[in-house]
Amino acid sequence: MRDRPLILAGLLIFLVVITTPFWYDRAAGMTAKGPEPKLPVAERRCVEATAYMRASHMDLLVSWRDRVVRQGETTYVASDGHHYTMSLSKTCLDCHKSKADFCDRCHNYAAVSLPCWDCHVDPSLARRAVPQLARAGGAGPRGSGR
Amino acid sequence: MSINRREFIGAGFSALALLGTPAAGKEEKARAEAGTPAAQPTRWAMAIDVRRCLELPGCVKCVAACNRAHNVPALDDARHEVKWIWKQRFEDLFPSSGASLADAFKGKAIPALCNHCDNPPCVRVCPTQATWKRADGIVMMDWHRCIGCRYCMAACPYGSRSFNWVDPRPHIATLNPDFPTRTKGVVEKCNLCEERLAVGKPPACVEVCPQKALVFGNLDDPDSALRGVLRSRFSVQRKPELGTRPQVYYVI
Amino acid sequence: MFMFEKALTGGRRYYGWLLLLLVVIGAGFLAYLRQLDQGLGITGLGRDVTWGLYIAQFTFFVGVAASAVMVVLPYYLHDYKQFSKITILGEFLAISCVTMCMLFVFVDMGQPMRVLNVLLYPTPWSMMFWDMLSLGGYLLLNGVIALVTLGAERKDVAPPAWIRPVIILSIPWAVSIHTVTAFLYSGLPGRPFWMTAILAPRFLASAFASGPALLVLVCLLLRRLTAFDAGREAIQKLAVIITYALAVSVFFVLMELFTVFYSQLPEDVEHFRFVFAGLEGNAELVPWMWTSALLAIVALALLLVPSARRNERVLAAACVMVFVSLWIEKGLGLIVGGLIPSPLGAVARYVPTLPEIAIVLGIWAIGSLLLTVFYRIALSVRGQLRAQWE
Repeated sequence: MRDRPLILAGLLIFLVVITTPFWYDRAAGMTAKGPEPKLPVAERRCVEATAYMRASHMDLLVSWRDRVVRQGETTYVASDGHHYTMSLSKTCLDCHKSKADFCDRCHNYAAVSLPCWDCHVDPSLARRAVPQLARAGGAGPRGSGR
Repeated sequence: MSINRREFIGAGFSALALLGTPAAGKEEKARAEAGTPAAQPTRWAMAIDVRRCLELPGCVKCVAACNRAHNVPALDDARHEVKWIWKQRFEDLFPSSGASLADAFKGKAIPALCNHCDNPPCVRVCPTQATWKRADGIVMMDWHRCIGCRYCMAACPYGSRSFNWVDPRPHIATLNPDFPTRTKGVVEKCNLCEERLAVGKPPACVEVCPQKALVFGNLDDPDSALRGVLRSRFSVQRKPELGTRPQVYYVI
Repeated sequence: MFMFEKALTGGRRYYGWLLLLLVVIGAGFLAYLRQLDQGLGITGLGRDVTWGLYIAQFTFFVGVAASAVMVVLPYYLHDYKQFSKITILGEFLAISCVTMCMLFVFVDMGQPMRVLNVLLYPTPWSMMFWDMLSLGGYLLLNGVIALVTLGAERKDVAPPAWIRPVIILSIPWAVSIHTVTAFLYSGLPGRPFWMTAILAPRFLASAFASGPALLVLVCLLLRRLTAFDAGREAIQKLAVIITYALAVSVFFVLMELFTVFYSQLPEDVEHFRFVFAGLEGNAELVPWMWTSALLAIVALALLLVPSARRNERVLAAACVMVFVSLWIEKGLGLIVGGLIPSPLGAVARYVPTLPEIAIVLGIWAIGSLLLTVFYRIALSVRGQLRAQWE
């Protein structure tokens, strides 16, 4: 019975900790805001319907990837009959303009990291000059005999 | 015939396993062999007119054009260098030429690149089919699939392949947005400008050569300039005795 | 079921050894994280020497793993009872070594997260595909065999009858893992140093010398540290096996030297000249290769003399020499020698960097940790740990 205050204190601490997800954000003034990708203004419709793209754009991109690289195909015929060139940088980013304003918004929110941009060039990035190790006359030519 | 439950279930699993065996490798290879949707039979190859090239010693326009077009990085450390086309001394490319090599060629550098062999040992060894030979002759790389084991580099008898030992992006002076870069940990090499060929343009090195020393064309087209050159001039291939059937011909 | 609790009791020396291993593993792990972050450029590898310490260690330890067959075959196929006590040691050695091999390959990959592509896109014309399958299968085989036989021993019963065909299967499988590894190299038309029909036989001969040599040293060590005694006959029989295998291995090397230096084919000669004499001022491998040759000759001379072989001190020294000599030959000379000069005639320089060495040591430590834990379990099951170790 002497332990009662200790036990009650421990229980109270436990309750506070376990209910953190419910009170912490409210106390810090944070609201649960969903991701807000910046939608393109020119086009209202993507390659496929929005619902499909939301759920399956990754499958579409992987399919495009294999068809372009491994089968040498170039054109995708959408379900509405439109023809598109299968290219992440040149087709998708043609409308969606900026990876940072579109792709990253949802992907950062969902903490899903993408290896795409390790290789594929974000067009907005290429438009800015790349300052590091700029050599006179562009990418250095190879010397002979090496 | 009497069969007990255990045997039945066992047989069922065996049948499932057989059905489920991925034929992906074979299918893909068959599809890949279909290659580009080209109408006529195509076998891309290249001839390098050595004399014409040597008229402009020190010219590296082909190298610069390729590097620009494909975001090939320029690395200071020679160990880490990445090169798709480069210039190499005649004696290194043709080691059996020996002391009897004509003075005109001694110590002179000419372009070297992936030979896009007809019987490529690199394709034979790749464990993931990240490199394969297309029906139109190009030995392709899939940088999404490459695991970076560098077995293809060990297999290539010509030293045509490079590995990305570090992240290449910081070492690219001007990024070409029309072509991806690669990431660290994958192997790369000349792709015969397949992305340019797909839109009807010649390879960058061929286009930019001021001497028109690089002749590119379709070996299956008897009227192509390439076939003309190979018919009328003597040409050598690198290490033909290895049976790789390289498709880059050095016209003497 | 796995009896791991037996590895958790021990004295200060035991835990001290485990701690040391964990520290080395930790250092290697940190170095590997750096490699994951920055790329394989932090190693000494380069465009010409694309394979180095990692793959060389993989090649060597596949051999040591395969050598378990040298104790399994006489015992299970020919009823050589003297090996009854050490087959489990051979099997555990195989498991530890195969694990090390897989780790060495893993740390050598540029894109390790994609390594499952080898299984997702099976490529039967690539030897690396078969290498992965055979190593994985061998690991599984030995794991099952060790578990079942040791488990039966613990319960003091004979192992179940079905384990015998599994054990018999492991015999040709052991030969196959090292043959497939040799096939990685011996089918490449552009690498004359490797493209020789005798490469697979060389691999097997040196494996069957170096593996049992390690086993002999381990048995002698266990006799000192524990109550386990492999038996004088078993150790002497292993010594005879090592002698024959080493003799064959040396003979094969001499065969290579004759073919190369008598035919005088330039591309063949260049590689051998590089490793034994140096080329264009690069002679880094030369002292290593001559040391390896000397150690092999001295070891062979000792082992061939029965009175020397019977003296366990001399035998231990000879086994160390055999192991080191063959480690140099396969673990250093073979890979680097095959890549220098390059196909374009370049004589590159390969010097492993500190992070690279740290990763290698870390993987050795993982293998040693596995071996320590496994042997402790095995000996504990047999009640042969000495009291001071409890």
